[in-house]
Amino acid sequence: MPESYPPAPAPRTLRGSPAPAPRPARFGSRLGRHPVALAALAVLAGLTAACVFGPWLLPLPPDQVQLDAIRAAPSWAHPLGTDDLGRDILARLLHGGRYSILIGVLAALLGTGIGTLVGGVAGYAGGRVDGALMRATDVAYAIPALPLLIVLASFTGASPASLAVIIGLLSWMTTARVVRGEVLALREAPFVLAARGLGARPARVLGRHILPNALGPIVVGGTLAVGNAIVVESSMSFLGLGVQPPTPTWGNMLMDAQASMAAAPWLTIFPGVAILLVVLAVNFLGDGLQDALDPRGRVR
Amino acid sequence: MAAFTLRRLLQAIPLTLGITVVLFAVLHLAPGGPEGALMATGRFPDPEVVEAYRQRLGVDRPVPEQYVRWLVAAARGDLGVSYSTARPVSEMILERLPATLQLMGSAFLLAAVLAFLVGTLSAVRPFSWFDHLGTGLSFLGIAMPVFWFALLLQLLFGVWLGWLPLSGTGAAGGASGWARPAHLVLPAAVLSFRYVAAWSRYLRASLMAVLGQDYIRAARAKGLPEWRVVVGHGLRNALIPVVSVMALHLATLFGGAVITETVFAWPGIGRMFVTAMMARDYPLLMGILLLGSVMVVLFNLLADLLYGWLDPRIRHA
Repeated sequence: MPESYPPAPAPRTLRGSPAPAPRPARFGSRLGRHPVALAALAVLAGLTAACVFGPWLLPLPPDQVQLDAIRAAPSWAHPLGTDDLGRDILARLLHGGRYSILIGVLAALLGTGIGTLVGGVAGYAGGRVDGALMRATDVAYAIPALPLLIVLASFTGASPASLAVIIGLLSWMTTARVVRGEVLALREAPFVLAARGLGARPARVLGRHILPNALGPIVVGGTLAVGNAIVVESSMSFLGLGVQPPTPTWGNMLMDAQASMAAAPWLTIFPGVAILLVVLAVNFLGDGLQDALDPRGRVR
Repeated sequence: MAAFTLRRLLQAIPLTLGITVVLFAVLHLAPGGPEGALMATGRFPDPEVVEAYRQRLGVDRPVPEQYVRWLVAAARGDLGVSYSTARPVSEMILERLPATLQLMGSAFLLAAVLAFLVGTLSAVRPFSWFDHLGTGLSFLGIAMPVFWFALLLQLLFGVWLGWLPLSGTGAAGGASGWARPAHLVLPAAVLSFRYVAAWSRYLRASLMAVLGQDYIRAARAKGLPEWRVVVGHGLRNALIPVVSVMALHLATLFGGAVITETVFAWPGIGRMFVTAMMARDYPLLMGILLLGSVMVVLFNLLADLLYGWLDPRIRHA
């Protein structure tokens, strides 16, 4: 593109303010000024890469029993020690992280998708549809989530895939409420009225004009949902009602750790640190995204 | 206030009915339905129990009729018979309820008191070292999985320092009157941590906004002592948004109790839930879920009423 063209003016809505949808350049620089969020992103990327590639690089498979190294304390050979069967904790941690992170991401995607759909339809349709969908949301909110998840997981068998689906199916309520609020605020905005006046169908108005402008809260909610899903999965596995051994996850590693808590505290400490790191990083990233994506937020 | 109370009560009824529909559907999602689940337990239960179940569930009737029967029985307090003990579910739940209420109640109180202290002190001196410490601990508290925090406290206070008992209630030892409170310390602390973290931040934000208002300046100008300005004029108004957050969070308190009771072998409903799950005891599971949901509805109702009392404008909205 020739350099001499004048830069395109920022798109404006009929309200006369710049279009609220965040543009990549501004979004990038805004997140760039949030060093904690950037560090969180780096930690997440590093941990994910370690979980994806680490198991290939380590000398030991996660299920290798070593009878001569039972409950070995952390050392050069086993940086995070070994468990009751002499299995290497680092190998198990990285291998288990694949499941934990994958379940977290899939469940968050599914839950955020459902929540966006429910909240979008409720907010845009209004009236009885809105009432019915929001009452359904109230009902889903009132039933204690963890016990219900445990019962549902017992029906499907607690494979990582089915856990991701079940957790996703039961974590849409917050997104639904937030998205509904956003849609209500945007429904009568001039650019939506214009789209409607041009004859766009409801699905198009909602999908192309309203929801892109509500992307900020959706992305933030989806990010936080990843951390939440990881905690839920690990809680279920910790109770022995989630992912079953021998498949290692951070939750069921902690379940195993209870038996030898006093003799081998590293079994209790490291998987929990992994969960804490991921969830903290996800929360900090969510905070940073909120600042960067919120069109009403102050530009720092 | 009476009309407001009545309106809220009436709104809770459809919500509760919706919950029963979902729970009934879940019970019927069990592989082979509730009856199939009973057979699948493979413990060859007493034929009389099976027969009693067939009759009570009316397995040959249409599903809506089964639902109504189940609902009517549940409304009378008949939640069915446990698959694993053949005792009435309601009886088993009532037996365990006090221990759970004790745990949830003390965790809630602890969380509320600590959150108010930390939140208020942070809001009065924002960006002080205490405030920063509070913010840091809050991030930790919100991200920390309940069960891992439980294990860490067990390791620190139970194993390494030996100050507090690891688990149980101390009832078996026939110990002194302090045994039960001492056994309650760790579980209640674990269960309350994340709520202290969340509520203190909400209160801080809310109180900081309130303390910037004109009527606070007016109260100071009147010459009121600072603590009366903060507590009497600030806190009362800052509480309003926090109360609704607290009620919303109570829904997760029950799930937290399941984990906490299991880790600390606290003989409440949460631990019974896990045992019931291992035994695939669906009537007991459904009874516990129903109780948990009804508790949430009640707590929310209570919060709404409290809200109306704290902020009289709400009642007329």
